[in-house]
Amino acid sequence: MTPPTADVMDATTPAPLRERPPASVYGPVAWMRANLFNGIFSSLVTLILGFLILYGLYGFIEWGVVNAVWSVPRTATGALDPTSCRLVHGLGACWAAIGDKWRFMLFGRYPYGQQWREALCLLLFIGLYWVSADRRFWRRELGLIWVATLVVIFTLMWGGVLGLSYVAQDEWGGLPITLILATFGLALAFPLSVLVALGRRSTKLPAVKMLCVVYVELIRGVPLVALLFMANVMFPLFLPEGVNIDKLLRAQIAFILFAGAYLAEVVRGGLQALPKGQAEAADALGLTYWQKTMRITLPQALRLVIPPLVNTFIGFFKDTSLVLTIGILDFLTTSKTAMADPVWQGVSTEIYIVVALVYIAFCYTMSSYSRGVERTLDGARNR
Amino acid sequence: MSQTLEAPAIALEKVNKWYGTMHVLRDVTMNVAQKERVVVCGPSGSGKSTMIRCINRLETHQEGRIIVDGTELTDDLRALDTIRREVGMVFQSFNLFPHLTILENCTLAPISVRKMPKAEAEELAMDFLRKVKIPEQAKKFPGQLSGGQQQRVAIARALCMKPKIMLFDEPTSALDPEMIKEVLDTMVSLAESGMTMVCVTHEMGFARMVADRVVFMDRGEIVESGTPARMFEDPQTDRLKLFLSQILRGH
Repeated sequence: MTPPTADVMDATTPAPLRERPPASVYGPVAWMRANLFNGIFSSLVTLILGFLILYGLYGFIEWGVVNAVWSVPRTATGALDPTSCRLVHGLGACWAAIGDKWRFMLFGRYPYGQQWREALCLLLFIGLYWVSADRRFWRRELGLIWVATLVVIFTLMWGGVLGLSYVAQDEWGGLPITLILATFGLALAFPLSVLVALGRRSTKLPAVKMLCVVYVELIRGVPLVALLFMANVMFPLFLPEGVNIDKLLRAQIAFILFAGAYLAEVVRGGLQALPKGQAEAADALGLTYWQKTMRITLPQALRLVIPPLVNTFIGFFKDTSLVLTIGILDFLTTSKTAMADPVWQGVSTEIYIVVALVYIAFCYTMSSYSRGVERTLDGARNR
Repeated sequence: MSQTLEAPAIALEKVNKWYGTMHVLRDVTMNVAQKERVVVCGPSGSGKSTMIRCINRLETHQEGRIIVDGTELTDDLRALDTIRREVGMVFQSFNLFPHLTILENCTLAPISVRKMPKAEAEELAMDFLRKVKIPEQAKKFPGQLSGGQQQRVAIARALCMKPKIMLFDEPTSALDPEMIKEVLDTMVSLAESGMTMVCVTHEMGFARMVADRVVFMDRGEIVESGTPARMFEDPQTDRLKLFLSQILRGH
């Protein structure tokens, strides 16, 4: 049955007068009544919290904007003169320190004149994320784009070819290190985790199942820092004489193994949550194991676990800062090193704020993107 | 009966199965002839679902032999593939794939198992969707359909593999009463097309209308079997009498 159209209604009954709902039911006033001043207790909480928020905001603006020092003059010798910063210490922010140290924070000890190479790598990474996030690019070619970008990034970082000067891996540092560890860590840990999750659920291959269980339980039972130490100190002992794997690569492998174990349990949770009938229906239709997994169970399971998956991704992104324990200089470490500059003594809050903003930018992008994906998938099947 | 000359479509010989120590199938022996339509009934927990699920090896039997369309069910994966290609199944809970459209649900197996070209598979799927009277839903997702429509899609999906045998495991038990008829109508027209069918159901009206034979199971064994008229009007065993009285009281 179709609802009567407006014309039909006009012909038979007078159209009801459509007034705006009164302000007490709809609009900002009503919203505030319902949500902020709903009774004495609620009003009291609103007032107290409102006061605290405004007070905090006022303090921050006074510190961060009104009293802040944005730049400092240079002395006759050309060095920066931080006196004005010292004078407002505790009262105002010293953003001039960021202006001076941002390149060290971002790029670490990478040779100053070559830092454009690291900057280019950052742009390549962001471009790679952007392309990978767009569903229009979800094709086979995306794998090739990843490999190509990887090659370009490492060529830029290492140099030694195409007229680029060689930069030893010890000198790498800053945000590119964080992104390298997180990106390749997650990109490789994810497929690994899917295989491990499938292996752990396998009923026909008890040996594979055993192996997966041992892997997950062993890795989960060890702190990441311990794993990094092992990768750094013990792993070379097992290698034959003369073979030496790069320190960053060793850390990267430790990360992949670590994240793989955690993600595997998330993926397994998704597979577990699927009704048994899905796999049975696929079996009954004669699909092979891999057809069943790739077309039926895995797509549904992964969709179910997007929130915990992204949770693990974000946690892991931040965990990359632990590589400082084995002497790799990631973004957090180079930023902390920047604080040690005697010129900018006492400037730490400003630097931490900038570091926090960078981390938040990446993590928030991840979480809001994942929410978008969930919405799209929900809309597609209307369950 | 026609099963004397041709090899039977399905043959179960002294099939036994245990869940742990619970004996769920006891010496089940049954032949289903080509184009025969068998209805299996019995109280819940009688092993009828387990028996039908053994036929395409969603459950494994531990003793005895099961031969489907001339191929014996063993651990051999190739034999299993052959059998699953020839045996379609419809489940109580539909088990449509919720992330695929109705059309994709129907074309997935023909394309990936039978290696049928996509256009041909879609044409075939639309044919069957027309037969189950819901071609207009092809682009929708299962979650947007009613239970009866979903079950009809499930039937069409199984038929798209052009199976020789169709198994139905309580196809109407999860449906609201007003939707049972549309699914049964579909099954009746399928039966009239000469498909070999084994159907676990409590729909005695359906059994009377299409079944060549009714098999009554209780506590893991086949107690009695015969034509629907004979079974319903002249039950030989007390267990069947009791079951029929319970069923009839319920209706």
